[in-house]
Amino acid sequence: MMASDESLADENSGQARRKAVMAVLAHSTTAEIAGRLTTIAVPVHEDLREPENGLVMVRGRVGGDGAAFNLGEATVSRAAVRLSTGEIGFGYTLGRDGAKARMVALCDALVQSDEFAGLVETKVIAPLRAAISAKRSRKAAETAATRVEFYTLVRGEG
Amino acid sequence: MYVAVKGGERAIENAHRLLAHERRGDRDVPEVSLAQISEQLSLGVDRVMTEGSLYDRELAALAIKQARGDMIEAIFLVRAFRATLPRFGATESVDTGAMQVRRRISSTFKDIPGGQILGPTFDYTHRLLDPQLAEGFAPEQPMTGEASMAATPRVTDILGRDGLIEPSPEAEADSIVGDLTREPLSFPADRDLRLQNLARADEGFLLALGYSSQRGYGRNHPFTGEIRFGEVEVEFMAEDAGFAVPLGAITLTECQMVNQFKGSATEAPCFTRGYGLAFGQSERKTMSMALVDRSLRARELGEEVVAPAQDEEFVMSHSDNVQATGFVEHLKLPHYVDFQSELGLLRKLRKEFAEAAEVPLMQEAAE
Repeated sequence: MMASDESLADENSGQARRKAVMAVLAHSTTAEIAGRLTTIAVPVHEDLREPENGLVMVRGRVGGDGAAFNLGEATVSRAAVRLSTGEIGFGYTLGRDGAKARMVALCDALVQSDEFAGLVETKVIAPLRAAISAKRSRKAAETAATRVEFYTLVRGEG
Repeated sequence: MYVAVKGGERAIENAHRLLAHERRGDRDVPEVSLAQISEQLSLGVDRVMTEGSLYDRELAALAIKQARGDMIEAIFLVRAFRATLPRFGATESVDTGAMQVRRRISSTFKDIPGGQILGPTFDYTHRLLDPQLAEGFAPEQPMTGEASMAATPRVTDILGRDGLIEPSPEAEADSIVGDLTREPLSFPADRDLRLQNLARADEGFLLALGYSSQRGYGRNHPFTGEIRFGEVEVEFMAEDAGFAVPLGAITLTECQMVNQFKGSATEAPCFTRGYGLAFGQSERKTMSMALVDRSLRARELGEEVVAPAQDEEFVMSHSDNVQATGFVEHLKLPHYVDFQSELGLLRKLRKEFAEAAEVPLMQEAAE
């Protein structure tokens, strides 16, 4: 019982780490990811699924928090990559850029490999994460400058 | 009935070649790039994505360029493109409460947690044409302020805590989310289908209907509880990966209308609501959508259906501008056979009329 709980927890934390990596990559451009990948020696790998473009139906919720409804579709590219050591990575990203989907899949495979996980985190993901964070902070600061305080005035001889 | 015609291939080919030439315009003027359209005509791109029902800025920009700026033609092109790609599935429902907000206003409360944020808006501009923009204008860098770490909960969630507003409807367990791209419309339609229809509906049509409801054709009494726009994360349950994978962020606009309260012998009165959601920065669209969504709830809320905006069959059957333009514009295609038969009938009737009245009709000129 203990063992299965532990392996479940391991799997969950593994998934959480992979999701976090995918999120960073999804927010980065193809050129940015490619640039970072040149800083590591990428091991031999093959396409398990050639990049493929398709659609996902984006769902919203009635009132923002209620039952789901179909808002409209978005283009998505997906790919799957296998390292020669067996790890399989999956790449999904908004848009129609198969090269990006393949790089996401490659990074997903690499972070599952004990040999490469640390390297990918420090050389690829961390710098991209920092760039995203800087961009978000700048946007948030620009937005914050437009914060408004409205006053209500009583009219007449109050 | 439409009877096909043949012929005219050469003329059609040449007409399209001429169209391409006209589309390009004066060749001494630089060609617009998709990036220019996407970056500088961004609200047009947002509209084409919303009504084309496909989130892809680059494709929407291409469609606008190809359609020479004709938005409905561009929307048509995007709709046709989406039919060429396979659908991988549906995303997890997006959480607009977790939006990275770039604008967020409420006309009901001036002090809301997370604050009121004007963002990039036409509101409070003087609507005077700006000659500076005519040529080579470099705007100043935006001001920056200290970003708040405070959460920005939806205003309707705040009202909901005190029970002052009706809660959002929950889905019944195992219910399938309706999809009008897969099954033809039938009436009465549930709210999920109505919202999908309104989300891709023509902005002008919804604007007019929303306006009509404000002017008294179906009473709405709305307040803008909140409008927000910004980036929302999208996740997709990927069967191969075995978990919901992040796809990136899309820009959305959401409008929550707060409407007149209702009560009954058994239920305390509370505000009701209408909802609008669209791709990109689409404020007028989402406001109109929320007004019409609320109007279309007349049946559910026990209100008398007296106005066009409350009639779901009327609204949903005429809201789609691709369908509408297809039916209106097909009238310009050759209808020679149809018209000949009408003409023949008319001549016969006129002859009978003349014989009965014993007066000669004027000779037709175009024999």
